[in-house]
Amino acid sequence: MIKAKKLEPVHLVFAFLSGLILLFIVAPLANMFLSCTAEQLFQTAKEKEVQASIWITLFASMTATIIFALGAIPFAYLLARKEFPFKQLVNGIIDLPIVIPHSAAGIALLGLISRDSLLGKIGSSLGIQFVGGIPGIIIGMAFVSIPFLINAARDGFAAVPERLEKAALNLGASPIRVFFTIAIPLAWRSIVSGFILMWSRGMSEFGAVLIITYHPMITPILIFERFGAFGLKYARPVSVLFITICLLFFITLRMISARKPHA
Amino acid sequence: MLKVNNLSKSLGDFSMRNVSFEVSQGDYFVLLGASGVGKTILLETLSGILFPDSGTITLNGVDITNYKMQHRKLALVYQDQALFPHLSVRDNISYGLKYRGFSKRDIGNKVDLLCNQIAISHLQTRKPSTLSGGEAQRVALARALAIEPTCLLLDEPISSLDTGSRIDMRALLRTLNRKGITIIHVTHDYEEALSLANRIGIMEHGSIVQVDTPHNIFKHPKTEFIAHFVGIKNFFKGDVVKFYTKPDLSIDFSTGSLAFHVLTDTTAKSGNIIIRSEDIIVSTHPPSSSARNTYKGTIIDLCSVRLGVELSIDIGEEVVAHITNESVVSLDLSIGKEVYLQIKASAIRFLPA
Repeated sequence: MIKAKKLEPVHLVFAFLSGLILLFIVAPLANMFLSCTAEQLFQTAKEKEVQASIWITLFASMTATIIFALGAIPFAYLLARKEFPFKQLVNGIIDLPIVIPHSAAGIALLGLISRDSLLGKIGSSLGIQFVGGIPGIIIGMAFVSIPFLINAARDGFAAVPERLEKAALNLGASPIRVFFTIAIPLAWRSIVSGFILMWSRGMSEFGAVLIITYHPMITPILIFERFGAFGLKYARPVSVLFITICLLFFITLRMISARKPHA
Repeated sequence: MLKVNNLSKSLGDFSMRNVSFEVSQGDYFVLLGASGVGKTILLETLSGILFPDSGTITLNGVDITNYKMQHRKLALVYQDQALFPHLSVRDNISYGLKYRGFSKRDIGNKVDLLCNQIAISHLQTRKPSTLSGGEAQRVALARALAIEPTCLLLDEPISSLDTGSRIDMRALLRTLNRKGITIIHVTHDYEEALSLANRIGIMEHGSIVQVDTPHNIFKHPKTEFIAHFVGIKNFFKGDVVKFYTKPDLSIDFSTGSLAFHVLTDTTAKSGNIIIRSEDIIVSTHPPSSSARNTYKGTIIDLCSVRLGVELSIDIGEEVVAHITNESVVSLDLSIGKEVYLQIKASAIRFLPA
């Protein structure tokens, strides 16, 4: 039998620090959950306004993820497989939405899709209302969350041995078939985790969406509004409800994606 | 059939320069060379993974130098097999057959046939990660054969296997070749080359320095490097004339003009034997014992090498013995002198063909 290694004093200090950090994350959430009664939650869940906002939030972020994945996944594949000029610059550009203030991102997007802009006019003629509409929410969410999908998918593709793709080409498969039958299945876990990250990041977005579309209201804005108008006590139950629903979705998705064994 | 003309490619630290050779339909062509001399680059260039800096590749008269790899039908089997980890063995094998206009039934029949031929029918539902090295190599081979390649390119298909699988794999490759499949096989192992090839190309520093039959390569190496690399000068082709089970598993092997008693468990009927020149004992008097593998012959050449002396002796075939300078002096050896040679049955290696 192998004896348990004696813990170094420095590791005890590290463990203590780790505990503090964990507490920092868990304590506010736990406090919020504990300060809501079941009755409050139940009442809040029955409110039409709350239900609508949660529904819009889930729907808009899911739609943003699916629509933008169509471009983001091939993009990620190129980044993982090909060398091209200014590739580092492109990688930097992808991370921009993470580092810029999201309210500023909202302002930038608004200029692009406002009613008198070209995109805004094209949208209007097709009956799509960006500003003050769900398409605007989708665009705001996509802008701030797309880096998460691209980066995760890129890392996933990069981890697929290129030799396997060469072997498939050597067997006479076309590049598009290799992409769908070798690269995607083998990078699947990373892609799914990119999906989940993008979706969750989109759902939690506040700043960019606030500027583009205040109404119809997504849940983060609803929480903000209730806090501003009625105070902490009224903002809490909505927050707890929203967090719970998000967690349920993520855990389910994680479990589904973990069940599919690859590699 | 496949003609390679002045192919050059440099790739970081590795390069190949002006490689030219020809492979005919049905050949078993082995490219023999130490690791890092550009053998894999050559295979990757042939298969189309890499494009050459200069030179041409012609297949059945068609210049395929700039063909994309999916249109070449030169199937490459990687050293580490590169099986698709997410697909079953069966799906791996059928991969190259799908979307080609074959019906599901045709594909199924073909895969069944291949699995039988390569003896992997029992593995069909397994995932690659559960296969042994030898099994994985067989599956990779089946996958490549499924597309009916004009030529099979093998990158060190045997070296990573354990001893038992090696013998099986050699036998399988030999069988495939006899069925008419042209094979180009890259290796650093001269025994592998000797036991499989009908023609061998020796690669040194990214160039092919000699292309010839195994006999000529081993008997008449063109350069010192080849002589040193292939290492074996005493190599004879012949037939097994008798099998023994007692007191040892052994055989009598005949080249026609010479007979050898060899310790081996082989069941093959013909092949090559190789004898290291260090394992030949030279004396000037007939050995007292009536040991087998004793030969009388005449010294036809005496040549100093870095360590000691190499004697060429005619005993009906030319053999080379490697001895010390001290022995040359004490036995008073010179060209034309009669000597007796003794070779232990356990010092002779039999390679089935």
